Amino acid sequence: MARVALANQRVSAHATVTAAGVYKSYRLDGEPLPVLEDVSFEIGSGEFVSFVGPSGSGKSTLLNLLAGLEEPDRGRITISGSTDRLGHAAYMPQKDLLLPWRSALDNAVLGMEVHGVPREDARHRAREMFEIAGLAGFERSLPAALSGGMRQRVAFLRTVLTPGSVMLLDEPFGALDSLTRSELQEWLMRMWERLSTTVVLVTHDVEEALLLSDRVYVMTRRPGRIKLVHEVGLPRPRSLEVLDSEEFVRSKSALLRAVRGEV
Amino acid sequence: MSVFSVPRLRAFVLAVLPVLAFLIVWEAYVRIAGTDPTVLPSPSRILLTTFDSLGVLLVNTRQTLIEAGVGMGIALVAGCALGALIAASPMLRRMLYPPLVVSQTIPMIALAPLLVIWFGFGILPKLLVVALVTFFPIVVSVADGLASTEPEMIRLLQSMGASRWQIFWKVRAPGSLPYLFSGVKISITYAVIGAIFAEYVGAFQGLGILMQNAKNSYRADLMFSAILVTAVLSVGMFLAVVGLEKLLIPWHARSTQREEG
Repeated sequence: MARVALANQRVSAHATVTAAGVYKSYRLDGEPLPVLEDVSFEIGSGEFVSFVGPSGSGKSTLLNLLAGLEEPDRGRITISGSTDRLGHAAYMPQKDLLLPWRSALDNAVLGMEVHGVPREDARHRAREMFEIAGLAGFERSLPAALSGGMRQRVAFLRTVLTPGSVMLLDEPFGALDSLTRSELQEWLMRMWERLSTTVVLVTHDVEEALLLSDRVYVMTRRPGRIKLVHEVGLPRPRSLEVLDSEEFVRSKSALLRAVRGEV
Repeated sequence: MSVFSVPRLRAFVLAVLPVLAFLIVWEAYVRIAGTDPTVLPSPSRILLTTFDSLGVLLVNTRQTLIEAGVGMGIALVAGCALGALIAASPMLRRMLYPPLVVSQTIPMIALAPLLVIWFGFGILPKLLVVALVTFFPIVVSVADGLASTEPEMIRLLQSMGASRWQIFWKVRAPGSLPYLFSGVKISITYAVIGAIFAEYVGAFQGLGILMQNAKNSYRADLMFSAILVTAVLSVGMFLAVVGLEKLLIPWHARSTQREEG
């Protein structure tokens, strides 16, 4: 486990994410369309935090802002205390976006490659992760030969291995069937317990958010505002059995009520 | 799949059958009607001539092959460069695309003699003609291929802190290779014909000049031999490109097979 932590060098006390008074709007036919309004939060190093909300609540915009792909109209966003965010967070979009000409292993090292990690070094680290992630034996497979669930795991490894202190996951399991989905949720939980990295997850699935997170933010409909902050008290390590626990069911119905109020 | 598998053999037989039937009818017609061989020689006579003239055919084929190959190489380099420029910015696209399209409307039958007047009977005007008739499909396919990258993919690379240069070489360029090969497959079929046409206008050696000489000396059989060699050459070059494609971008063949299957 110590080796894994080493592989992700920047997992450290600096891996914090903050947003203070963030506003963002787009232009639609010349009319300003507010997407996010006065969004503020602080995420500590090593925390797993989710944002849930109906479509159009600006969840993906929020992640794009956190990743540094866009800048807020107003307010301030920092990663590890700095507003310079491009290249400092590992972003995982909904699509796996694996390059079809690269083997699974070479796809997983893409982020390291961009950051200039020497090739052999990068491959060595990726091989270790393939072992841990239950992908051993598939290093040389092309994406076309992998199942949807496995492609998503490779995409996740690419994210884990991308140098950066924070992982930003945009509905990473949204495109998968429900069986593969819950399998991967549990897998992600195991991986996170080993990696102890900071994760920001965006999802419309309340159950997924509760299962995985330390804290859940419920967003309002457009323009997105933080409506509710829910600290998840479930003990760790968790397993899928937690889904049946009383506390889980209670939290879930509270969150669902909050989200439904928005639909 | 083996080269000699049953479905492939079947496909081959099906493709050859009509050609064979055509040749038999031709042979029979020439023998029964007793046509003058300087007007229409029989397939068997053409085959004999081909073997008899193998030496002269090979010398001229070599010349044409070099012209087609090198001309194609020039087109490839120029085509990729222009395609990349067109894909680089909307402004460059607007500047370069229209003149390129217009350049394709210039009749080669007018341009080729001019090129000979300007550059003489040497290899240069042949290379230029081949390059001019083959580079357009390459430019278009490269420009389209480079523009085909998923925007999400580019954003992913940007989030990693990648430079434009890194995005180009790691994602856009490799992703455009299947497009490039489609363009080259179209171009390569023009390459040999382009070279022959350029030779026809004026040359010392090559299948084009061989055809002209054969015509001038009423050697219809030799003319057909040259046509036969031309066809073999073109198909051979096309198959070489297909082979290269399978070798260089195996992931593409596999992913398309998957989609079809």
